[in-house]
Amino acid sequence: MKGRVALWAFCGLVGVWLVAPVLIVVPLSFTDKPSLVFPPTGWSTRWYENFFGDPRWTDAFVNSIKVGLLVTLTATVLGTLAALGLTRARLRGLPLAQGALLSPMIVPGVVFAIGTYALFLKMQLVGTLLGFVVAHTVLALPFVMIPVTASLSGFDRRLEQAAAVLGAGRLTTFRTVTLPMVAPGVVSGALFAFVTSFDEVVVSLFIQSPYLQTLPVQMYSSVTRDTDPTIAAAATMIVTLTTAIVLAATLLTARRSRAR
Amino acid sequence: MAVVEKADRAPAPSVPTRGRTGRAPRERGAGRPAVLLIPALLLVAVFFAYPLATMLWRAFTEPDTGFGNFTWFFTTDANIDVLVRTFTTALWVTVVALLLSYPYAYAMTAAGPRGRTVLTLLVLVPFWTSLMVRTFAWVVILQDTGVLNKTLDLVGLGPVHLIRSQTGVVIGMVQLLMPFMVLPLYAVMSGIDRRYVQAARSLGARPLTAFAGVYLPLTLPGVAAGSLMVFVSALGFYITPALLGSPDDALISQQIVTQVNGLLQWGRGGAMGVVLLGMTLALLVLVALATRRTGKKVSL
Repeated sequence: MKGRVALWAFCGLVGVWLVAPVLIVVPLSFTDKPSLVFPPTGWSTRWYENFFGDPRWTDAFVNSIKVGLLVTLTATVLGTLAALGLTRARLRGLPLAQGALLSPMIVPGVVFAIGTYALFLKMQLVGTLLGFVVAHTVLALPFVMIPVTASLSGFDRRLEQAAAVLGAGRLTTFRTVTLPMVAPGVVSGALFAFVTSFDEVVVSLFIQSPYLQTLPVQMYSSVTRDTDPTIAAAATMIVTLTTAIVLAATLLTARRSRAR
Repeated sequence: MAVVEKADRAPAPSVPTRGRTGRAPRERGAGRPAVLLIPALLLVAVFFAYPLATMLWRAFTEPDTGFGNFTWFFTTDANIDVLVRTFTTALWVTVVALLLSYPYAYAMTAAGPRGRTVLTLLVLVPFWTSLMVRTFAWVVILQDTGVLNKTLDLVGLGPVHLIRSQTGVVIGMVQLLMPFMVLPLYAVMSGIDRRYVQAARSLGARPLTAFAGVYLPLTLPGVAAGSLMVFVSALGFYITPALLGSPDDALISQQIVTQVNGLLQWGRGGAMGVVLLGMTLALLVLVALATRRTGKKVSL
């Protein structure tokens, strides 16, 4: 019995430690003092006003959203096509192709970052929207392919055959049978793609320029430069946004596995 | 997150490639859907494989062709220090994560459905929270006048210098990597039949003996998989040590950035990148072997 109490107390402590960062950042963003002292002694929304009044922050925020949405689009399309190819084709070497497409997940961030940086210097893609979208898409692809492949592999091919027998063309079959069946996988992949891009720091630090920065890059330079709670306001907004998105993706995945 | 999810959501059988004979089936047009892979493969080839290959090439050719950069790396004391420090930091992170995760994962198996949901959600929080947000939060918590030091001061233990130290880096990294340890442990533990331990107890083993002689050995595959995963991820960390650590205690990732960005030594930076990548891949192969041998998927 004593052991049980100790175990639960221990887990409670570990739990607090796991969520501590979030618990600290949110109240801190509402402090009235221009310093990162916790707990705050008074409350205000001035750091949010500061955030939306400072073009460095708003530009970074808009850039992050822009890059994120474009990455969502490209990664979802390319990732879904690739997942279809992987599950439908019968060829030697497919596991190799799958490995190649998933490998960006396991290569250390800095290694990918300096490689990309060198290439972008040559191609003059540093500090461009295209550069950000391309680099983030490479990183986001696996997060689309994994859920889509999973929903495709649990998919009964006879449904498509039935549609074809009933006279549907290939495109109609895809649009009315295949796509609706794998939609939850595609949507959760799209949401993970957005979050991957929205959170990416390491590569972004290298391919940014003073004219094009994303929110995490601006946060990075703010942490190293000033001690101003505006960064806490930015962090709170990021946490809210990504939590909402990941929750949506998780719920979709949960509903899918229940439906099966 | 990546690899855990990979094991979780994309089990190997999802790619039906060849028949039992090992030969590709010969039906006509069987390879045609592979065309759909081309756009993604092109993107990854041009913007992932090519830059990595270039890095490798430069490591062997800049400024001179040969193994010069690698000889430099392995014969410079400062670099050996960095390598050793990277390994010890990763080892510390692994040990601390294991000590925290083992009881935690056990509690997950012992808890009721609701308790398990809460514990799972808590361990997944680091996944959801953006890396920058978390690192910033640790800066606030660990700073000399931060929450932790104030608390330690109250109970008469502080202040302790945490930020810009290896301790700070370890604290931040463990929080980040906990899920990689907890999830494989939980996967293995939830498959263990409790009656083994009860049997040992009824045969007269004391609790500690029953644990060490029966339960612990059964969980070792999970310990191995989780530890390797955490260790290998810790090796490549950049943001956390850069913001929570001291510049004097740089890890290999930071050193790569210094070579490339600060000193424009692409060859040397590339060589260090190759070393880091090589270690990562070698350890990941070990992870794959450790997971396969148990014949169990590492998943929730």
